[in-house]
Amino acid sequence: MKKIGLSGNYAVAHAVKMADVDVVAAYPITPQTTIVEKLSEFVANGELDADYINVESEHSAMSACIGASMTGARVFTATSSQGLAFMHEVLFIAAALRTPMVMANVNRALSAPLNIWNDHADAMAERDSGWIQLWVSSAQEAYDTTLMAFKMTEETRLPVMVNLDGYILSHTYEPVELIEEETVRKYIPSKPLVNRLSPKTSFSVGVVGPPEYYFEMKYQAIDAIERSRSTISKITTEFNRSFERSYDDIGTYGMDDAEYALLTMGSMTGSARVVAEEWRRKGIKAGVISIRTFRPFPVEIFRQKVSGLKGLGVMDRSSTPGGPSNPLFCDVATCLYGLKERPVLQGFVSGLGGRDISLENFRTMFKATMDAADTKSPKPCMYVGLRE
Amino acid sequence: MKCEKVPLKGWRELPEGGTITEPGSSVLFDASAWRTSKPIIDQNKCTKCGLCWIFCPEGAIKVNPDGRYEVEFMYCKGCGICDKACAVRAIRMEEEEK
Repeated sequence: MKKIGLSGNYAVAHAVKMADVDVVAAYPITPQTTIVEKLSEFVANGELDADYINVESEHSAMSACIGASMTGARVFTATSSQGLAFMHEVLFIAAALRTPMVMANVNRALSAPLNIWNDHADAMAERDSGWIQLWVSSAQEAYDTTLMAFKMTEETRLPVMVNLDGYILSHTYEPVELIEEETVRKYIPSKPLVNRLSPKTSFSVGVVGPPEYYFEMKYQAIDAIERSRSTISKITTEFNRSFERSYDDIGTYGMDDAEYALLTMGSMTGSARVVAEEWRRKGIKAGVISIRTFRPFPVEIFRQKVSGLKGLGVMDRSSTPGGPSNPLFCDVATCLYGLKERPVLQGFVSGLGGRDISLENFRTMFKATMDAADTKSPKPCMYVGLRE
Repeated sequence: MKCEKVPLKGWRELPEGGTITEPGSSVLFDASAWRTSKPIIDQNKCTKCGLCWIFCPEGAIKVNPDGRYEVEFMYCKGCGICDKACAVRAIRMEEEEK
């Protein structure tokens, strides 16, 4: 295996090329653009034998992907922020029609004000679409996860969104270990997908589902994503074994004996770890948990990881204005509700619109989590890094 | 034209992703619950001109072997177009379940 310097976006593009996709339909949007730019280069210079469809919008990109997937093609697209929002209605269709595809979503804030920097609002707004949502914290993980995503989408017949933080991951160069193309081809061989459109088969898709049928059809997709938990775990374990990696549905640091922990998603995980290490040197049993698989939410594994914790700080990089709390916190509270022993939860919102979450911010959050746990009285959601 | 209500399948038995695997599925579609009123044909007034049969947007008017025009209520949505089209006012719309 060779190691080369790649940005998160290029790491994704290399994974997609190695996965030998048949169709790429995409519309450029910052900070995703360099993924599809690189892919169009691969197609143009003959390194990737795929149809590259230039569409006039993200709505059309997603629609083209569904059509291509229906024929059994291996499909990829990428987007960010407003582009993902523009796909909104089509995302639900892709999931319920059970069309396998992989999409890289390079996380970026939603307007207004117009902002091209990172937060998680774009993906959170689509969390009920029925897509599998994976989150990565390095360029290496972006590459590996994109490869796994193709396997996951084809086994579950649910679309998979790989989320990577805009700029922090998408444009930062890191040494990335690439797997040999031949090995990848063996790992995800091209295979005919079942029940697909071809001149030899005739069936109707995208049909009307009146009240007599809609509920059952929708439940099929609900059941599929529920069952995908075991498929995702199986594929991750196999990948770890084959390529000497150590991914889990939930990433952890210091969680064997931690008393206080922060819960993160995406690139924040690295900084949280640095501060946890710092606190451990002071003798405080600090830990970090990061959600890699946000949908389906790994409920049971999560409960296991937090058992024994005194306090858990939940970091949301997006908000649910007017809600009881914010997206990740709501999920966490729901997971823990009903358990006799559970950590005290302290909610945080930080880093909106690309605001840097400094180590000092992480120290504030660790401190607040400890205070909340020790006094057993958490504060309302704290907006960390916000100017008064 | 077969016209019979089929038992609805559970989610496990239905094809994945709302796929329709056999042609002609609209024949099995029961639209009767859409009606708020239903057409009643007065066979004594009917001249068998076929206007209702021509105008019905759902093909819900059938001609019996004896030449009588009747409504297939599984498909009739109660739109009342037949009533408006009938030249001799042989059709009246009766409210469903008063």
